[in-house]
Amino acid sequence: MTAEPRTGTGHRRPAVGQYAGDRRRAWPYPRTALAMAAAAAAAVPFLVPPYPLYRVTLVLVYVVALLGLDLVTGHGGLISLGHGAFFGVGAYTAAILLAAGAPYPVTLPAAGLVAYGLGHAFGRPAVRLSGLYLAVVTFAVAVAVPPLIRRLAPGGAMGLPARTPGAPSFTGLDDDQWVYLLVLAVTAAAFALTRVVIRSTAGRALAALRADAGAAELLGIRPPATRAHAFAWSALYAGVAGCLFTWTTGFVAPESFTVTLSITLLAGLVIGGLGTVPGAVIGAVVVAFLPAPGLVSGLALIVVLAVAPHGVTGLARRLPSFLGKDRA
Amino acid sequence: MRRLALVALLLVSACRVTSAEVVVGGPPACAGQHADGLTPTTVRVGGVYPLSGPASAYGAVAQGAAAYFAWANARGGVAGRQVEFLVRDDGYQPARAVEEARRLVDSDRVFALFQTLGTPSTAAVRAYADRRGVPQPFVASGASDWGDAAHPWTIGFQPTYAAEARVYARHLLRTRPHATVAVLYQNDDFGRELLTAFEDAVAGTGVQVVARRGYEVMDADVQAQMAGLAASGAGVFLNVGTPKFAAQALAADAAMTTWNPLHLLNGVANTPSLVAGVGPAALRGVLTTGFYKDPVAWEDDPDVRTFAAAVRRHVPDADPASSQVMFGWTSAAAFAAALERMECPSREGLMAAARDLRDVEIGTLLPGITVSTGPGDPYPVEDLRVFRFGDSGWEAV
Amino acid sequence: MIGQVVHGLGSGAVYAALALALVLVHRFTGVVNFAQGELAMVSAYVAWQLVEAGLSYWVALPLTMVVAFAAGALAQRLVMRRAGDAALIMTIGLYVLVHALAAQIWTSALRAFPDPFPGGPLGVAGPLAVVGAVLALLYLVIRHSGAGLTLRAVAADPRAARLAGIRVGRVHALGWGLAAVAGAASGVLVAPVVFLEPGMMGDALVSALAAAAVGGFANPVAAVAGGLLIGVAETLAGTYLWADLRVVVPLAVLLALPAVRAAGLTRVRA
Repeated sequence: MTAEPRTGTGHRRPAVGQYAGDRRRAWPYPRTALAMAAAAAAAVPFLVPPYPLYRVTLVLVYVVALLGLDLVTGHGGLISLGHGAFFGVGAYTAAILLAAGAPYPVTLPAAGLVAYGLGHAFGRPAVRLSGLYLAVVTFAVAVAVPPLIRRLAPGGAMGLPARTPGAPSFTGLDDDQWVYLLVLAVTAAAFALTRVVIRSTAGRALAALRADAGAAELLGIRPPATRAHAFAWSALYAGVAGCLFTWTTGFVAPESFTVTLSITLLAGLVIGGLGTVPGAVIGAVVVAFLPAPGLVSGLALIVVLAVAPHGVTGLARRLPSFLGKDRA
Repeated sequence: MRRLALVALLLVSACRVTSAEVVVGGPPACAGQHADGLTPTTVRVGGVYPLSGPASAYGAVAQGAAAYFAWANARGGVAGRQVEFLVRDDGYQPARAVEEARRLVDSDRVFALFQTLGTPSTAAVRAYADRRGVPQPFVASGASDWGDAAHPWTIGFQPTYAAEARVYARHLLRTRPHATVAVLYQNDDFGRELLTAFEDAVAGTGVQVVARRGYEVMDADVQAQMAGLAASGAGVFLNVGTPKFAAQALAADAAMTTWNPLHLLNGVANTPSLVAGVGPAALRGVLTTGFYKDPVAWEDDPDVRTFAAAVRRHVPDADPASSQVMFGWTSAAAFAAALERMECPSREGLMAAARDLRDVEIGTLLPGITVSTGPGDPYPVEDLRVFRFGDSGWEAV
Repeated sequence: MIGQVVHGLGSGAVYAALALALVLVHRFTGVVNFAQGELAMVSAYVAWQLVEAGLSYWVALPLTMVVAFAAGALAQRLVMRRAGDAALIMTIGLYVLVHALAAQIWTSALRAFPDPFPGGPLGVAGPLAVVGAVLALLYLVIRHSGAGLTLRAVAADPRAARLAGIRVGRVHALGWGLAAVAGAASGVLVAPVVFLEPGMMGDALVSALAAAAVGGFANPVAAVAGGLLIGVAETLAGTYLWADLRVVVPLAVLLALPAVRAAGLTRVRA
């Protein structure tokens, strides 16, 4: 049995920007694009009526979750089917704290830390084996968490309403705009953190493991510890995103965090494109606007994997070189 | 370049589309109340139902409500207002239910959120309805919670699970005063509410609960629970499950030759899908409760005929023989009754009317059952009748 | 107590059959097939449709197995083959698609499924016999047939097998087909108990994954033993300890396995 089971996300020939630490440029004006994106994002709450704004806020929430999932799946090459469970744990942590009267800024780090701790607890035993095993264990986590929430968390099957952050009066904003700006700030911080993590020693170690585990081990990288850390970090992102979800919707229930959510998140990320920031953003749009896994998302996932393994982002990135002279 | 963007940003920020609420002028008693989605000739109403996903069978309720509103519109509307009924799908996920409720209120500007379906989705939308002051009348769930005075914008419709439990207890005390009862219940708010109310109702009488087994919604089947309950040898079996598990319990009961208790099937489980799936043989002799006319058993009733004709005409996809379509129709009729009785044409006025319905008769409710609310009585329908499954389906006992 | 153990064995037989399918696919194509349960669900619907069309159960059953084999092989040829390294995610896509298709075709209404085995404590012998028969059949095909030989060759070393002139793609399809047959057995076993509906294999899949993990996704006998044990453990934990523990049993098994492996009890290779 030399058929070393290869876990999912490998790329036979990495295209531009398809692996962590890749510095090749695919788009000539990154700073301008970033500035324009930031300006546009900050302008949204002043342009968009309340309901679409709520949808955009949810997209940002899923962006944070997918940035975390991308750490494990895109950069680590491991598959987590339990991301929705950590998202739910974060959401519930925030809701329970808010119900107990805690001020909402406290709930964000609390949700992240609880998810991080659980991520360590489940990730440690799981990553001692191969990536396949992590997928199986996380699937079991995703299945077990909703009934446990239903039994252990206040509110039970009825779910739990939570206060949503109210805008301080000096800002002159309404609550929807305030929540959007809070979520946007956290999303921006998550982006920045992702860049730092990926360029850190641990991030490089993760990318090295994914590219060639044997060679990486010879360099002194310990696969289980590195992967367990990456997994716990991704759980932290999921927990933070869950907290933002509670801030946005003001209600949590066990049915919102079933294995369906985990599958939706993974599908969104794959369709958007693994290992890239734009992939996470496109994926979040997919998650927010194609909420229930059904015919469309199933077909989309299969077609993307069969035709464009780098997702929508990969297709877009290939476009300039395809149109230009320097065809690879 | 960037400064230009900033200026543009400031400019457009001044003209953001805000949700200016429609405020009632009119008579002084009603002044200052809100009336989004309501004009003298139209009323826009939203409903959130599981049209997809595991609970999609309940989507038929929306068809019944839609049929009623279309029928009423064809006859000149409800109190002169044409009803525009918008149906949205939440896939039985509370988060999506809130999302759709927001869309209905913020974008579609509905006057009221009529009948969210299922306990979790209703609870989720209730938190939002409270915040926004939007009526959420006649929700399709039997939890006692919807009578909670802390949530003035939400009111239930069907008899509560506790009321249903008391009807079973009363029936047993009358027909089998010394019965031993085995209970299978779903281990959540629904199952526990029914079980607790039943135990309270029979406490101190000759009827005894001798065995009870819970199952989880995530369980695959209830075989193990049924084996445990059969071992009790109880004379009565109270089946408190959702359709899938109730069907399994019915089939298990029918397969067991050594244990033949009187089978009480809770009303939530009594769906057309269950009756078709389990088949008449396993259902023979089973008791259940109901409060509206079964479209098959009451085929010749004039109101049921009107119902069937309207469903065929306005919602051809719907099955006029489905009791869930009938349920949607009946609740929509109650909603229309509340709309007609509004004193102020406003959201506040609708809730005041829904909380002050005095013995309103609806043709498709069983004879003698009325919709009735008032101060201190936030439960519209509280009475139920017992039915037994016989040769021609459900027959009154 | 004995009654509970018997019922546990009944659900254990379902997990065992599904775990066998998982082991087969993993051994021969190196991927854990998350869509296995959904393929089994569709097989059960096919059997139901055949019985509804008027066929006797014992005619419908072999026909279903043939259809399941073809469907499994087709899924491999049409979809999985194009997955490259992303095979596991592809099985998730298959899971979503097959489930959505089934919900579209057959709706979420409950359907009664014929039960060939009598009720009561003796009824559990039937499912166990089915699992035993599937296991024996697979053993015969894999150990004592030409196709089985190529299967084993591919499993041992796909590259060498390809050099030796074996059409690896076809062999992979054969592995998927055989697995689908084992999965169909689980679907047909579970349907009479839980009623036929698109979500019916959802819970069985987790338990079957844990069972297959007991055998390191490679050992069929260990997977069957794991399935039966997990079935009994779930029933006992749910009855005597805490009803919610049922859903935690597979997770606990999966988390404990790496430590157990360290103790040398099972070969968890995955």
